Amino acid sequence: MSILVLAEHDGKQLKIITSQVLTAAAEWQQPVDLLLYGNQLDAIGREAAQLSGVGRVLIAQADHFKNPLVEDVQDLVLSLAPEYDVILSAHSVLGKSILPAVGARLDVAPVTDVIGIQLSSGEAPVYVRPEYAGNIFTHIENPQKQQIISVRTTAFRPIEANGNAEILNVPVPQSRGIGKWLGESINESERPDLSSARIVIAGGRSLGDEFENLLNPIAQQLDAAIGATRACVDAGFAANDLQVGQTGTVIAPDLYIAVGISGAMQHIAGIKDSKVIVAINNDPDAPIFKYADYGVVADLFTALPELRSALQQ
Amino acid sequence: MKVLVAVKHAVDHNLKPFVNEGTGQVDLSQARRAINPFDEISIEEAVRLKEQGAVTEIVAVAIGGPEAKDSLRHAYAMGADRALLIESTTELQPLGVAKLLQAVVKREMPDLIFLGKQAVGEDYGQTGQMLAGLLGVGLGTFASAVTLRDGYVEVTREIEKGTQTITLKLPAVVTSDLRLNEPRFIKLPNLMLAKKKPIETISAAEFDVDLTPRFKTIKSSEPPQKAGAIQLASIQDLVSTLRKAEVLQ
Repeated sequence: MSILVLAEHDGKQLKIITSQVLTAAAEWQQPVDLLLYGNQLDAIGREAAQLSGVGRVLIAQADHFKNPLVEDVQDLVLSLAPEYDVILSAHSVLGKSILPAVGARLDVAPVTDVIGIQLSSGEAPVYVRPEYAGNIFTHIENPQKQQIISVRTTAFRPIEANGNAEILNVPVPQSRGIGKWLGESINESERPDLSSARIVIAGGRSLGDEFENLLNPIAQQLDAAIGATRACVDAGFAANDLQVGQTGTVIAPDLYIAVGISGAMQHIAGIKDSKVIVAINNDPDAPIFKYADYGVVADLFTALPELRSALQQ
Repeated sequence: MKVLVAVKHAVDHNLKPFVNEGTGQVDLSQARRAINPFDEISIEEAVRLKEQGAVTEIVAVAIGGPEAKDSLRHAYAMGADRALLIESTTELQPLGVAKLLQAVVKREMPDLIFLGKQAVGEDYGQTGQMLAGLLGVGLGTFASAVTLRDGYVEVTREIEKGTQTITLKLPAVVTSDLRLNEPRFIKLPNLMLAKKKPIETISAAEFDVDLTPRFKTIKSSEPPQKAGAIQLASIQDLVSTLRKAEVLQ
């Protein structure tokens, strides 16, 4: 049984999701080959070699991987794929873009967005995945010879870093040259990353223009990431990348604080795996209270300043 | 410039699904169906490109039973020029759908192919990427802006902490994200006219494509529900409760 995991990094360090995928991969109880692609990977490669469960770090270094295009990553994964029984990645923008295409070219159907893995010898693997915006958990039996899987990383803890893997370079196929990277606009924030923050505080449309003024100081006090509902983003009160929910980022922090959020189905889908959910809303019948652990019925414009001073005490 | 838009007649996204205790499967027998919202966004984008003069023909294609004609009529009412139904009444998985679409692309030879980033329901989110892989063409997933330039399509994509802009040689596959546009409201006369327009129907069996499902849904369940929130009288109470529970320091 041989396992390939696709790593992700930001050019400086590995993303935490990589160590979460490795926890999923550890279900197979075999050393894993971790594939890293980029243009300057020496430091990231050494970091990757320390992650537990990694047998070998495969370094695919090329100029055209400075800003990789999905078709070139597809070709890289395909050049290695025949040797592996299991190929795993995060269900991230990259993973979602690459794995299905790789699967199609290998004539293998991937199973995506997996939150649970059940393996027993002599039987086909069974995966649990959310469907219908997280309202249904479905068990999928996958008897295919090659398993191509993307995992919802919030369902897996990051793996420890006490490994010592071998690092080796692998050949990189030529770029297909059918696309070009033009640029990125990244919202720089001092706040922790929404998808991996321990605490997230999120607001709904009712915060209006006060969204940032009300949430920023509390997020700072708690070292929390800030999230927003789709309605709040659509109304222009919060940036796109803050959207939490089925169509935005799916999160599972230790603590989720929902302020002025009624709890639309597609929002709940993105937060319900949070360990503790707190809801503050002036409507006692808001659906969010059904999913919350703790609730306070209060007007958010008085509640938020109160929260700020209560946290200072 | 010809655009192909794939349209799925999907389960209504407002529906709260439930599991039939007897079969252990999601019961969709009574479920209302409609055009997948991300596919509606794709049609809208194609129509806008046509209105700008960058596109000359929009072909909408659906795969499914005869009821999928409703979604094709919706596409007609929004401004599609032709509609094609690949008729299949058996369960199809994304790989089978992608192979059928590959066959349709070979027949229609479009310059640009739009799919939704995912279909409401199983939420697989795979078909567009598979199609691009099978065709060996460029892929722009999670598009929030699309511009056609001479022989290329420029796609702005929603990525984790912002957006990325790429340019792809045509033909290319683009998958539509939520913020690409807001689909227009369909006027009733347009819907009436759409009912009279022809829908070319081809049986999926006519394409020489392997449609065998590769994995099997063995059971579905509703996730465990919480008991409901413990209501606290004040923010002060909330903070001290969270501190006692060691959720907050």
